[in-house]
Amino acid sequence: MSKVVIKAENISKQYRLGLVGTGTVRDDLKRWWYNARGKEDPFLKIGEANDRSTKGESDYVWSLRDINFEINQGDSVGIIGRNGAGKSTLLKILSQVTQPTTGKIYTKGRIASLLEVGTGFHPEMTGRENIYLNGAILGMRKHEITRKFDEIVAFSGVERYIDTPVKRYSSGMYVRLAFAVAAHLESEILIVDEVLAVGDAEFQKKCLGKMNDVSKGEGRTVLFVSHNMAAVETLCNRSITLRDGLISEIGETSKLINNYLSQNSFSNRKISFESIDDAIGNSNVKILYAAVENASSNNLDAALDVYSAINIRFQIVNLTDDATLSIGFDLKTAKGDVLFGSGGKFNCAVNQATDLRCQIPGNFLNDELYQIHMYIHTAAMRQLYSNVELLTFEVQDVKRETGYLGKINGLIRPQLEWTLNNN
Amino acid sequence: MNGKKKFTISMISNEQSLQQNTTSNDQNWDAVIESKHSLFAINFKELWHYRDLLVLFVRRDFVTVYKQTILGPLWFFIQPILTTITFTVIFGNVAQLSTDGAPKVVFYMAGITLWGYFSSCLTSVSGVFNANAGIFGKVYFPRLIMPLTIVISNLMKFLVQFLLFVCFAVYFYSMGQIQPNLWILALPLVIVLMALIAMGIGLILSAMTTKYKDLNQLISFGMQLFMYATPVIYPSSAIPEKYQWIANMNPLAGLFDYMRYAFLGVGTFDWWGFIYPSIFAVVVLFFGILVFNKVQKTFMDTV
Repeated sequence: MSKVVIKAENISKQYRLGLVGTGTVRDDLKRWWYNARGKEDPFLKIGEANDRSTKGESDYVWSLRDINFEINQGDSVGIIGRNGAGKSTLLKILSQVTQPTTGKIYTKGRIASLLEVGTGFHPEMTGRENIYLNGAILGMRKHEITRKFDEIVAFSGVERYIDTPVKRYSSGMYVRLAFAVAAHLESEILIVDEVLAVGDAEFQKKCLGKMNDVSKGEGRTVLFVSHNMAAVETLCNRSITLRDGLISEIGETSKLINNYLSQNSFSNRKISFESIDDAIGNSNVKILYAAVENASSNNLDAALDVYSAINIRFQIVNLTDDATLSIGFDLKTAKGDVLFGSGGKFNCAVNQATDLRCQIPGNFLNDELYQIHMYIHTAAMRQLYSNVELLTFEVQDVKRETGYLGKINGLIRPQLEWTLNNN
Repeated sequence: MNGKKKFTISMISNEQSLQQNTTSNDQNWDAVIESKHSLFAINFKELWHYRDLLVLFVRRDFVTVYKQTILGPLWFFIQPILTTITFTVIFGNVAQLSTDGAPKVVFYMAGITLWGYFSSCLTSVSGVFNANAGIFGKVYFPRLIMPLTIVISNLMKFLVQFLLFVCFAVYFYSMGQIQPNLWILALPLVIVLMALIAMGIGLILSAMTTKYKDLNQLISFGMQLFMYATPVIYPSSAIPEKYQWIANMNPLAGLFDYMRYAFLGVGTFDWWGFIYPSIFAVVVLFFGILVFNKVQKTFMDTV
């Protein structure tokens, strides 16, 4: 049983919405008056869960509410959740940038937080000067930095420019230098927020490798927030899912990511109707059922990742006189680029339900939001029905073998055969 | 949660915490992050740990101000010289204000040099949260480092300008127009008092400006008024007898009198001119740090 190095008890954080201005003085006075009489802050009783989409009644909102967790030494913990779920607030509290409204966090060991790379970098100063300044901001003593200076410069790979003002650096070099400083902090606990979103593939690989060393090799504790599920999956053994400021799950990373993806995709993957009267369509055809199913899983509704084979299913009722229909769909991205169209002529018995299935192989689609534009024509190609956004589904990228964790370019990502022809 | 206030954050060096880990006592935490703090919980040990940062910040300020300017550090001199000329013409020649018989140039320069330090310290310290919101929002270090940086960075600038003043003073001394005395040795004390008062008032204002930004407007205006209420461009002797007591409530008045008495040999000065500002400095700095310490923990939510 390893030791607990971070223990959070009932952490809550309340924010005031809207313009801080009108009413501020009045609320401040009221708060002060309650405090002066030894009573609890009256504004702690109000406020509501942080759900962006619904309009709240109160000006006060709980960005985090009753967060409890323990983190063991050597764990690397991912924090996942939608935008606004409270991830950044939690990191800010842990890094002491702001304090919780209620609750306590006990920590053991030095905490270094990297909410941003290159905090305090001054464009007019040279790389060398900035290494010292940034290191000191992150809590290093000057002699520590001097001791590690050569290592930092080597890691960053900008030796040649070390005495040039950083404003002359390319953005890549800037980030490399900044991460290099942070990577050499001697802290027992490292808090990292999405810094991997920057830099090129080679450097990302280096950063991840370094973070892996930090947590697995050196037994230090890492907290990592990212929207990049592939990075979280690779780096973190345990995870915390936040939802509207509450902890919705704590546990093993791969399980949490699966649950998170299935709850949080933007998809409209299935439409299904009991009877023809309710079904969508028109006087020519009705669609009783349409779905994007995961053909690689026992559960048809399971989240889709880039490896899954996908079944597109339609159940239609032909209300025309002619049994031959031309049925097809265009697969397009949410931005509107069409990847391909597919279809054919099918014999659909009049006034009966017909089941059609089209399989898209695994290892073909990329990490994207896709839409199905479905269309039905007569055999003579007269349009009977068309629905540009019949289904929407999201394919997620998880678990990557290689070091690169950024998004791979392209609308599709087919697995192509490569051979090595040396001799 | 009861209202009892206790314990605050403390950071312990690597070696110590590793030792503590080996004792394997789960109650033995290095730090507690919580919402309630004692007003007096100021962690000087932590501040001391970050002393290198203070030095590096001061260096940064000094090195970067005049980068990519043609005249470079010459600007340190140009500003006070131009102001002195302006004041000499306007207040000395046009308005014919008294200088207690001292040569106008050094008289105004003495006031301007000292006032420049005070006002730039106070203004910068009062805006410290807004000016550094970016960095404060991303990383934790004892926030008090920043006001200290400001006071010390400005001190460097002051010393350069003071050197200029000394050059002029030596010239006028060689011409026999001014009579400096040994009181000039007390200058460091005066500078420290100036710094402490400016920082104290600045800290109190900084706490308020995070929430009520209107104050920023008020401060720049207020500093102008404050200058005219302080004997910067006129000697204390120019104030009518019956209003002297009001003028004496200004903690800076004695310090400016000192400056001209010691270096130019004009006006009057006594020990009270030190004692009152000293008491004032201690009190205002004490409150300033308390208020600052309270606000620094939550200002990110309101700034």
